[in-house]
Parts: sequence; structure tokens; C-alpha cells
Amino acid sequence: MNIVPGRGSRLALALLPFVVIALVYVVGSAERRAANPDDKLLPPISEMAQTVHRLAFEPDRRSEETVLWTDTAASLQRLGLGLGIATLIGLVVGLAIGLLPVVGSTFASLIAVLSMIPPMAVLPILFIVFGLGELSKVVLIVFGVAPFLVRDLALAVGNLPAEQLVKAQSLGASTWQLAIRVVLPQVMPRLIEAVRLSLGPAFLFLISAEAIAADVGLGYRIFLMRRYLAMDVILPYVAWITLLAYLLDFALARAARHAFPWAYVQERR
Amino acid sequence: MKFFARTLTGLLTAAVIAAGFNSAAGAAPKKEFNIAWTIYVGWMPWAYAAQAGIVKKWADKYGITINVTQINDYVESINQYTAGKFDGVTVTNMDALTIPAAGGVDTTALILGDFSNGNDGIVLKKGKTLADIKGRKVNLVELSVSHYLLARGLAAVKLKEKDIKIVNTSDADIVAAFKASDVTAVVAWNPQLLEIKGNPDATLVYDSSKIPGEIQDLLVVNTETLKDNPSLGKALVGIWYETIGLMQDPGDKGKAAREAMAKLSGTDLAGFEAQLKTTRMFYTPKETVGFLSSPDLAKTMDLVRTFCFEHALLGEKVKSKDAIGIAMPSGEVLGSKQNVKLRFDTTFLKLAAEGKL
Repeated sequence: MNIVPGRGSRLALALLPFVVIALVYVVGSAERRAANPDDKLLPPISEMAQTVHRLAFEPDRRSEETVLWTDTAASLQRLGLGLGIATLIGLVVGLAIGLLPVVGSTFASLIAVLSMIPPMAVLPILFIVFGLGELSKVVLIVFGVAPFLVRDLALAVGNLPAEQLVKAQSLGASTWQLAIRVVLPQVMPRLIEAVRLSLGPAFLFLISAEAIAADVGLGYRIFLMRRYLAMDVILPYVAWITLLAYLLDFALARAARHAFPWAYVQERR
Repeated sequence: MKFFARTLTGLLTAAVIAAGFNSAAGAAPKKEFNIAWTIYVGWMPWAYAAQAGIVKKWADKYGITINVTQINDYVESINQYTAGKFDGVTVTNMDALTIPAAGGVDTTALILGDFSNGNDGIVLKKGKTLADIKGRKVNLVELSVSHYLLARGLAAVKLKEKDIKIVNTSDADIVAAFKASDVTAVVAWNPQLLEIKGNPDATLVYDSSKIPGEIQDLLVVNTETLKDNPSLGKALVGIWYETIGLMQDPGDKGKAAREAMAKLSGTDLAGFEAQLKTTRMFYTPKETVGFLSSPDLAKTMDLVRTFCFEHALLGEKVKSKDAIGIAMPSGEVLGSKQNVKLRFDTTFLKLAAEGKL
């Protein structure tokens, strides 16, 4: 508890697990290559670098597009739409359920039940209702993420001290003013935290949707390449997805601290 | 920093030791073998053989143990085999070429159980002939035998892959996909194909009976393992022909076997027999040897490897379809003689045909 690493050691400590994983990989890859020069399971890093170069900078033989960027653009668009809509639903519905007892009594248990349905289990229904195009992929993300956001936000609203709300009302605030001026600013940081935590599930649903039916996208490529075990494509894609998710998370964290510095005063650095 | 240096050395040692374990397995004669199978009408005999004790009977005869394991996901089962977790797997000729063989795992096709004779098909909504597919989005498992069938079909009606748009769709969801209003053309295999054909607006416009013998369902085993352990080959061939002999039996015994296989594949006797009708089974080793010894096999494999090469299934680095050698039972090699990775071998089938097992 009281041994605090210095600046340099902290960086070394942070890098250590990555270095170990990379080393285990390199050793394992070299061993498999020694036994079978065509091994596809653990391609050496040099080979993956070549593949990445081809995917990122050379047009594909068949589609004449640069695969990595078209995949990334398509996936990020789906993810952005899905998360955006889910966040909006989370904000509006969560606020209403948390603040207005009438709405809460009507919808809180519905949302609780909805949030328990595993979205992957209702996929055939989603297909039939929303088709097999972009819409069903976005809907899957929304369906997977929105109930969690709604519930989390409703809980956050419910946790606001009652005195605050009573005081605002006795000063003449209408319900609308209460929602916009008192409640909303206080729950915004919590909403962003919840979205950050939803990034993982959102990516999971995105990749699943793309695995099931798609002609472009990060998940599409991974599952297509899986058909002939092209790990030299799959591993860089996994790393790329991880990086994208990490950057999104980082950006949200920074945005929250920038927009609502008061919410992070207590944070231990 | 001393602390870090020590920890680092410790972790590295652990890592090297851990990696070393990976390659500990040698080529010493083994006693226990693992075979993976997935649900498909032509592979259900393996499930039944394991359940009915036929596997154990033959394994005991040769003093070995054979574990027959069902894998839920077809591609995963082949990947596991390629990674070395299984000694044998049920697979089509095309996937045997593109996954293990292209991955450098020398693979022998020990048993050819059947070829698809209508088990794979192209279904359209609002369309009477295959030519109506032009300009449509086609849902199928990309780079699979479905894709191959589509390519063969398109060639037959003088269309190109550019004339359609392929949407990769999981085989698990293709039945539901066909019900979506924006899906108007699919390529699928059984049992999904039966389900899709059952839709009132569905028309089957092309199927694998138009390309007989090109989509083969095999049991492949690792060539090295087979060479070191011929008793594995004998036992597997023995199990196979005893089981499908039962399956073919017109009497009660055969019906019981087919019923059990139907149940294991999640359908009923009628559904299973409907699928058997579109499957050209080879019930005797003699018949199989005859099919494999015909010069048509080389022609078929040439079509298949050309498709695989054109779709970069042999790997992006591969510059010619000859890069991977495919050995015919006669010893003739299609492609590189230095890099034979897929072998059609009738040695064990001939033993069975001569009753020498």
C-alpha cells in the first residue's frame, strides 16, 4: 500500500506485462515455425507487419479497396450510431424513470426485464423485423447497451438527495427546470462513465452482428479470415480493435474530466 | 530497479518454460487418438458408431483408444485439427485443402464417405432460373463450399461474381436470414437448405447434383500420425464400413441405426432420410476405391484448387495454384511435388475391400 513506484518505475511496471506476453508469443511462434514452416496459427511478427502493410496501404485484389480502412469506417459508423442512440435513450428514459414516479412505476420493471434478455438470443427476431442490413446491426448494439444505460441513469437520479429536489421546487422550479437545471448536470458524468463501461459490450455486439451477416467491417473480416485460419490478419485486427476501444475509452474519460471537473475533485491520483 | 530485474528474469524463465511445453509432444507411437466430427448427414455414422460401441470394438481390436468428439462449429473443428488438437476431423475436400493443407499440416484423406448430390443449393425468391440471380445480393457463408457452388453455377449461366453482391452470412442464421424481406437469394447446405426450400416463396434454382462428385465429404487424418500408427487407419476404416453397413440395412437394425443418427443430428427419421436422398453415399470400400481411382478426381481437385487460388484461400503469398501438392491414389501429384500436403490414399480402403482388416 505504501510502496509507491516512481515515474520511471511506473512506466516500466506498466510495460512489463506487455513485454512478457510479446516474448511468450515470439518464442511460441518461432517454435511452431521450426516444426512447420507453413504454420498459420502463430505467425511471426514480421509476417504480420507485412500483412498489415498490405491491408492498410494496398488496394485489395478483388474489391480494389484498402481493406483495413473501409472495414474500420463501416464498423465505427455502426458502433457510433448504436452507442449514440443507446446513450440518447439512456439519458431520456433514465431521467424520466428516475425523476417522475408515474413513468418509473410504469416502465422501470419493463426495462429491468428487457435488460435481462440476452440480445443474441433474439437475433432471428431482429433479422425478421429489421432485415439483414445496417439497421439490424445498429439495433443489436442499441438493444444490448441501452437497457443498462437506462437503469444506471435511473439509479443515479434516484440517488440524488431528496432535499435538493424539494429545495429547488420550493424556490419555484418546474419539473422541466428541475430536470434540466438540477438533475441533468449532476448525472452527466455518471452517464459518461456508464457509456465507457458499455464500450466492451458494444464492441462485442458489433463484432457478433458483423460475424452473422455482413460484407464489410472489422468483425466481418475476422470471421471471414477464420475460415482459413489466416491468423496473420486476425491478430492485427484484434490488436486494432483493442486500440480503437482503448482510445474511445480514453477520449470519453478525458472529455468527462474536461466538461465536469467538479465530479472528479475527490479522485485519488 | 534491482527488484524489477529479478522479477523480469523470473517471468522470462517462466515464459520460456511455458512455451517449451507446447512442443513437448513427439512422434513416438501413440495409444490414444482424438477424432472430431460435426453434424452433417454424411458424418452422422461417426456419432452413431461412438454411441453404439462400434468405435470401442475396433479400437480394442487394434489395442488403441479412439475418442470421437463432437464440435459444434465446423470451421472451429478444422482449425483445432490444424492446430494439432485432433488427429483427424470430418471435412470437405475444399476445406481440407484450404485450412490444414494450406496451413502446412500434411493431411491424408483416409475415407471418402459421400459426395453432395443436392445437399448444397441456391435458392431464390421471385426467380425461376439461376440467371435471375444477376444483380442481387446473395447471402451465403463466404469462401465455403456454398461459395464454390455459386461460382460453378454462375459460370454455367455465363455470369461473373461481379454481377452479384456476396453478403457473408453465418450458416447458423441463414434460415432466419431468408425470412428477412431484404434477402432474396441464398446459398446453403443441409439441413438448412431443406428448411429454406420449405418457404412458400422459395425456388431452388441450382444444386450440387449439377456438379456431382465435386463436393466430397471426407475423414482426414494427420499424415505423420497415420504413418506412425497404421492401426489407427485400419481401425477407422473398420469402424466406418461396419457403421454404414448397418445404416444401409433395410431391416429393423438399419432403421434403428438411422433413427439414432437422425436423433443425434437433431431431426427425425423422415428428415434424415430426405437428406440421405441428396447425399451420394459410398457404402462399400470397393465403390469408394473405384471413385477415387478415376481420373475425374484430379479434374475435380483442379477445379477446386483453382477456385481456392482465385479467392486467395491458399494464402495471399501463394503465387500459383501449384504451390500446394495434392497426391492422387495413383501416386500422381497435382501441383508441387516438393510440397505435397493433401493426399488421397486408398491403401486402407483396399485392405477393407479385401477383407483384411
